[in-house]
Amino acid sequence: MTPALQLSHFSAAFLFALFASVVFGVTQRENGRDMFRYGGYCFVVFLGGMYGAGWFMWLLHH
Amino acid sequence: MAKTEISASEARPREAAVPFNPMIIVAPLVGWLVPGAGHLVQRRWIRGLLLMVSVVLMFSLGLAMNGKVYQPNAGDLLDILGFVGDLGTGGLYLLSRFQEWGSAAIAAAAANYGTIFIVAAGLLNIMCVVDAYHIAQGRKQ
Repeated sequence: MTPALQLSHFSAAFLFALFASVVFGVTQRENGRDMFRYGGYCFVVFLGGMYGAGWFMWLLHH
Repeated sequence: MAKTEISASEARPREAAVPFNPMIIVAPLVGWLVPGAGHLVQRRWIRGLLLMVSVVLMFSLGLAMNGKVYQPNAGDLLDILGFVGDLGTGGLYLLSRFQEWGSAAIAAAAANYGTIFIVAAGLLNIMCVVDAYHIAQGRKQ
């Protein structure tokens, strides 16, 4: 049995954000420029949300 | 004086006969079976390839992390929702069931990430299918 791929939480969230942003960008906008901008926006919001939630939990813990 | 009455059928402008476009059925079906193919059959090469790479890689990474592939069931509600999400990957789901991939017990956090990757890949592919349908309809370029 091949060993399972072990990704850190950050790596997994990064890849999730990347793939989801590509699909969101391509499917939710009409032309290439808007697709790129919207995909980038989604990616930043995904990662920003992750960092924000992480710091929020850190503050709750301390 | 003759009263001119216009019947409802005359008042309504006659609708132009729109020829049936088989792509409305073919594109979503192909796009469900093979992620991104619904765009490729409509000559949206770059979009199709981007969607294909994204969904297939996400599904493959989920399997590589020992993620669970849900089976049809009538038990836990979350299991049912997971199955519906997984089913969105179409051909990838059928292949994984045929090969019995993703049937190992979840034993690590990464496997849980993998399960989420697989479900999310299915949901993203549903978005791709709807987009392919809109392109076939002419509602999107």
